[in-house]
Amino acid sequence: MVETMTDWIEIGTLEDIPRLGSRVVRTTQGDIAIFRTAEDEVFALNDSCPHKGGPLSQGIVHGKRVTCPLHNWVLELSDGTAVAPDQGHTACFPVKVEDGIVRLSLQSQHA
Amino acid sequence: MKEKLVLIGNGMAGVRTLEELLKIAPDKYDITVFGAEPYGNYNRILLSPVLAGEKTIDQIMLNDKQWYIDNGITLHCGKEKEVVQIDRRKRKVIASDGTIAEYDFLLLATGSNPFIVPVPGNDLPGVVTFRDIHDVDLMLEASKQHQHAVVIGGGLLGLEAANGLMLQGMSVTVVHIQDTLMERQLDKAAGELLRKSLEERGMHFYMPAQTTAIIGEDRVRGVRFKDGSELYADLVVMAVGIRPNIDLAKKSGIHSERGVVVNDTLQTYDPRVYAVGECVQHRGQAYGLVAPLFEQAKVCANHLAHLGYARYQGSMTSTKLKVTGIDLFSAGDFTGDETTEEIVIKDAARGMYKKIVLKDNRIHGAVMYGDTVDGAWYFQLMRDGTDVSAFRDHLMFGESHLGDAGHGGQNKAASMSDSMEVCGCNGVCKGTIVKAITEQGLFTLDEVRTHTKASSSCGSCTGLVEQIMSSVLGGGYSAAPKEKPVCKCTDHTHDEVRKVIRQQHLLSIPDVMRYLEWRTPNGCHSCRPALNYYLLCAWPAEYKDDAQSRFINERVHANIQKDGTYSVVPRMWGGVTTPDELRTIADVADKYKIPTVKVTGGQRIDLLGVKKEDLPDVWRDLNKGGMVSGHAYAKGLRTVKTCVGKEWCRFGTQDSTAMGIELEKRTWGSWMPHKFKMAVSGCPRNCAEATIKDFGIVAVESGWELHVGGNGGVKVRATDLLCKVTTDAEVEEYCYAFIQLYREEAHYLDRTAPWIERVGLEYVKQRIVEDAEGRKALCERFVESQKYAQIDPWAERASHDVERHEFVPLKLVG
Repeated sequence: MVETMTDWIEIGTLEDIPRLGSRVVRTTQGDIAIFRTAEDEVFALNDSCPHKGGPLSQGIVHGKRVTCPLHNWVLELSDGTAVAPDQGHTACFPVKVEDGIVRLSLQSQHA
Repeated sequence: MKEKLVLIGNGMAGVRTLEELLKIAPDKYDITVFGAEPYGNYNRILLSPVLAGEKTIDQIMLNDKQWYIDNGITLHCGKEKEVVQIDRRKRKVIASDGTIAEYDFLLLATGSNPFIVPVPGNDLPGVVTFRDIHDVDLMLEASKQHQHAVVIGGGLLGLEAANGLMLQGMSVTVVHIQDTLMERQLDKAAGELLRKSLEERGMHFYMPAQTTAIIGEDRVRGVRFKDGSELYADLVVMAVGIRPNIDLAKKSGIHSERGVVVNDTLQTYDPRVYAVGECVQHRGQAYGLVAPLFEQAKVCANHLAHLGYARYQGSMTSTKLKVTGIDLFSAGDFTGDETTEEIVIKDAARGMYKKIVLKDNRIHGAVMYGDTVDGAWYFQLMRDGTDVSAFRDHLMFGESHLGDAGHGGQNKAASMSDSMEVCGCNGVCKGTIVKAITEQGLFTLDEVRTHTKASSSCGSCTGLVEQIMSSVLGGGYSAAPKEKPVCKCTDHTHDEVRKVIRQQHLLSIPDVMRYLEWRTPNGCHSCRPALNYYLLCAWPAEYKDDAQSRFINERVHANIQKDGTYSVVPRMWGGVTTPDELRTIADVADKYKIPTVKVTGGQRIDLLGVKKEDLPDVWRDLNKGGMVSGHAYAKGLRTVKTCVGKEWCRFGTQDSTAMGIELEKRTWGSWMPHKFKMAVSGCPRNCAEATIKDFGIVAVESGWELHVGGNGGVKVRATDLLCKVTTDAEVEEYCYAFIQLYREEAHYLDRTAPWIERVGLEYVKQRIVEDAEGRKALCERFVESQKYAQIDPWAERASHDVERHEFVPLKLVG
């Protein structure tokens, strides 16, 4: 695979994010929610539910999904799509974890 | 190579099974489908509206032929593709044109056949049944050329056929062998009302009458009866019933009785052969309504996918006639016998009739005509086997309580127009629900909830939604009586989970999930908060609270608002405050530029619009002013509302304010299954509104009345009187014991009202009032658990850095 010109920003350590929890990275384009699953996978989504803009970072994380705190929409952490029958999508961002350091790219990806 | 699955029968139950299977195991099988009708899969229950001209065939298609192609399914359909032989030894099926398909697993879904009355002339042209698209085509064609129809059969199917033909302009006479219409679903009184309103619409009846011959030579010309009389007819519809179609199964040696016999996994006596739908006989029962068949489909798919955990335990069904504008409901045994009692209301002028059959104070059956909004409720009480003695005096008047909010006082879905709002929380109109049911092919309340959001928030419109569903789908349905599982992650009930936590001394959520073999790795947003609470309640000293399993409000000790800010409510003991406290609140509001300051219904002050990162500072300032968390966000004790009592009030009989403050000081901080509100009124004028609280206290000259199980909100419920006590110490002991009983035995997210309605007031009285020792023990357990609960969460976070990561961003970028 060719490594494209991605700007990776160091945002903290894995331990800064609670397991089955989330932290927020504040950017000029809005908040990004960083999630950590039970298996220590890390995902990043625009911190805004496609339904009514609820802050996903405040939701309950289960499996590889998060439940929005406002109206219980469930979103896939891996690509930001809403679980059927709800329909919608929120931007997701590449994240990588190396030696416990979490890095984020602000180039949003669409599913 | 993939295994091969063959489905015989391209109807609703069979194809639904495939859909369920594709959802959970999309690549498991090469699938081949045989169907004797030349179409894809359509919604057979909507044939009545097609006949009535309210829908077209296109509108009732569930899966067109493209669907089979898209899913890589081989479809053999048409008369010549009817399967005539199953070779179970070589595991292949053979169609009448010689088409052969081999299988590893076979699914039988051959449905049922209409019963043809065995009389001479029953095969004349112009004699039809009412079962499939072909029949409907024949009837529609006949209605264009002919005038006089006779429908044999005054049951559900017959009346729907008659109604459709009438709407197509024919003169229709229904012939019935009994003297009551729909006698399997209705008693005589309801049957009479139904007949009357159908007659008003122009339908004719000839009953009781036994058909002995269909007359005519090259086409039907009439019907002859046992008494020698005749009716002229140029179309005769046989709608006297259906029979499971078991010909093929029988011929192949698959054990069948009335239907193909299956076990709880929908497997037949041949382990490679499964069966679902109307052809099936399960625990002696055959089902004709769609919802139970779909339940079977789900279970069967689970086993075809080799997951092996689902179980079909039978269904209880209710009936609804799909004739627009007629509201009728029936469930269970409504005739009764010497061991049952009846409660009946009849108002013939309003066209309303209700009968409930009770056995040992439990609903045994119900018939309703005209006003059916409470059908779903009676059905639920019947299914759950609820003892109705506590509310038997108003049972007939339905579930709705005075003051119910949210659906504009509507209780008759039939009289609502499509544009009228059904669900006030989510703004869903009747038309939207009807459209979703027909277009998306929805069959259960849960499906309607997920697709339309109707009835998914406060639930007050559930009865209406169920009415709409049954008027579209023709019947209600409910799983066999059993307690509901905690959520979709498990089959275990709340009570089972709590029992295991205590007996096995489980101390963490992962332990519980492992022990009870949860199906998901770490649960979901429904079960994790419930488990966290159950563990906390069982082991107050040992359990370590899991913040990530709490809803955000309880995790950050404030209420999230629609814009992502929070609201903060400091405690005001018994609703009493001081100038200093008010000054502190004012200073905080100024300092943190809090946009809205509002007085709450619980006698305190709400600061709305606080930014999350300001929360610890806001709390620190409030703490400095001597104030602590009001837990306005908690499933736990909220407020103790009081009136001024005898200290000031000329009518006051006791010091209600002091009592309220004392109770609040002792009970704050306790976690419970749901929010819990108390109030103390100083006299029976009840200014603190104690009789709509979870625990309400009303002072009288000689002591205190204790009331339980009330709430305001969607379903206003006034309290039940628990007992009367004389001393302040007794008030406290009874109060703490009641709270602890609720904490230990209610299901998570049950408020006290539904909990008491489930277990019965008598049970609560027995535990709290009669059993003095038990009461003391409950009270002690509550006091013990409070030792660990009464720590101000605000102070911890404001001054001791607890959960600090919650309140600061991980990083600022750009």
